[in-house]
Amino acid sequence: MSEFEPKIVGFFCNWCTFTAADLAGTSRLSYPHNIKIIRMMCSGMVDPKYVIKAFLNGADGVLIGGCWPGDCHYINGNLKARRRVAMLTEILKEYGIDEKRFWLRWIAASEGTMLREVVNEMTAKLKELGPSPLNRETPGKKTPGNETPEKVNPEKVKMIG
Amino acid sequence: MANFTKLSFKKGELNQKLADLFKGMMEKGVVDALLAPMIQPKRGVMLTLVTDPSLVGAIDPFAPVVPVNGARIASSITGKPSGRKTAMVLRSCEIRALVELCKLKQAHLDDVLLIGMDCLGRYENLDFIKLRAEGQSSEAFIEKALAGNTESGGCDVSGACKICEFPVADNVDLRLCIIGTGSDALYIESLTPKGDKALETAGLGIGEAPAGREAAVQQLVKKRKDACDAAFAQYRESTPSVDALEDRLANCINCYNCRVACPVCYCKECVFVTDTFRHNGDQYMGWADTFGTLKMPTDTIFYHLTRMSHMSLFCVGCGQCTSACPNSIDLMPMFKAVAQKTQARFDYQAGRSHEEKQPLTVFENDELVEVTGQIK
Repeated sequence: MSEFEPKIVGFFCNWCTFTAADLAGTSRLSYPHNIKIIRMMCSGMVDPKYVIKAFLNGADGVLIGGCWPGDCHYINGNLKARRRVAMLTEILKEYGIDEKRFWLRWIAASEGTMLREVVNEMTAKLKELGPSPLNRETPGKKTPGNETPEKVNPEKVKMIG
Repeated sequence: MANFTKLSFKKGELNQKLADLFKGMMEKGVVDALLAPMIQPKRGVMLTLVTDPSLVGAIDPFAPVVPVNGARIASSITGKPSGRKTAMVLRSCEIRALVELCKLKQAHLDDVLLIGMDCLGRYENLDFIKLRAEGQSSEAFIEKALAGNTESGGCDVSGACKICEFPVADNVDLRLCIIGTGSDALYIESLTPKGDKALETAGLGIGEAPAGREAAVQQLVKKRKDACDAAFAQYRESTPSVDALEDRLANCINCYNCRVACPVCYCKECVFVTDTFRHNGDQYMGWADTFGTLKMPTDTIFYHLTRMSHMSLFCVGCGQCTSACPNSIDLMPMFKAVAQKTQARFDYQAGRSHEEKQPLTVFENDELVEVTGQIK
C-alpha cells in the first residue's frame, strides 16, 4: 500500500490566498497536489455548510485562506470567517473531527511562499494524523499506483448523511 | 430590590385566584391583552391570547405542558407589533428563546409586560392529555413536583426539563413564584419599574419576600445541574463520532419537525427546503454510482450539523425538538451538548441578557488569535 495521501479542500479568498496560489504558480513554487482549491470571493463567503459537506464527503482536511485582519476587500469578511471557524470547530470536535483538520490561515496576495509552506505543513500534519474518520474509500475504484484496491469494510461503504 | 406580593389561595383555587388577578389587570388598564396557557375544550392546554377580561376564567398557567415554545407565539404577535399592551405568561425556556428572538429583531418587547413563572417541568403533549383525562390537576402536579416527584401514572416530565438549570425565569417584569413559597401561597415578584407599576396599578401592595425561596430554588438548580452534567457525560460517551451520530439519527426521515418546533431556528426559509437541495436525478444517480448505494432521503447528517451551526449558539435546551420528532429520536441532548460547547467558546449563554451581543454578529480585529495562530 502506498503512503496515505490526504485530501484537502481549500476555500481561498479571491483577493489574497487565491492570488497567492497564482503567484506561487507563476514563481514556479510547487506545493503538494493534495489540496483542491475552490475560489471564493471572500473567506467570509465560506458558509459553515461548505465545510461540513467537505468533511462528510471524506475530506481529510479543510483549509480556509483569507486576508490578514484589516486587509479584507470587503472590510471585515475575514473577521466573520474567524468567528464562524471558531464556532464550527467546536461542533466538529464534538463528533471526533479533530481541530487539526480544519485550518484558517491569513495569506496575503504577495505571500506565495507562505502559501506553499502552509500547504506543505498541513499535508504533513494530516499524513501524521492519518485519514479522517469520515474518509470512506470508494470500493472497486482503481487509482493510479493502487491497482489492487484495498479491502473495504462493507459496513462503511455508503455515503454519509 | 425585588418587591413581592403574596397571593394566598385555598386548595383548588389557584387558577381562580390567577384569573381574578389578570381580570383585574385588564380591567384596570394595566394591559389590554393577555397571552397565557388556558384550558381549551378537548384540546388540552394551549397558549391563548385573550382580549376580553371576562373570558380569562380558563387560565391554567401552571399546567405542566408546553405544546409549542411560547417564544414562537410571542414572535408572531410582536414581530410586527400591534401597539397594544400585552401581558405574556411564559416559562424560562420560552423567555430565554424570546430574548434571542428580540436580538434578531423577530420579536419586540416594548408593549409587553413579561411575566415569568416558576417551572417544574412539562409532560409530553400526549402524556399530559392522558394525565388530564385521569383527573390530574395543575395544583396536584405542583405539590408533587415540589416534593421532588414528577412521575405520575407511568409518565414523567420531559428529559429536557429534568436537566434544565433554569426553573426560575430571568429578564422578566413580573414573576409568578411557587418554589419555596409554601403550599397555600403564590408570590408575585416584581423585578422592573414596569413590573412595579403594573402591581401598583392593579392595586397590589408590597409585602414580605417568601422565606426559604432562595434556598429552595438553589437546591432545585443544583439537582438539575448535576443531572445535566450526568446527561452530557452519558451523551458524549455514546455519541463521540459522526458514525455514532449516524446511528443515533438512523430513524431520521428529514421531516424537519425539529427545526419547525425549535424556537431559535431563525431563518425565514430553511436552506434545506430550497432549490439548493432539490437535486437533479443525475445527481442522485451519480452519488449512487460512486458508492453503489445511496440512502434516501439524503443529507440527513448534513442537515443536523448545519442546523447546529445555525442554532447552537442560541439553543436554550427546551427540548421541543425531541418532542416534535415523529420517530422518537432524542435530539435534545445532541443539540444541547453542542450548544454548551459553542456558547462556552464565546462566553455566551443564550437568553442570559438582552445586552450580550450574539457571537456571530460582532467581531474584533484582535480576537480569537488562536484560530489562525498567526501574528503579523
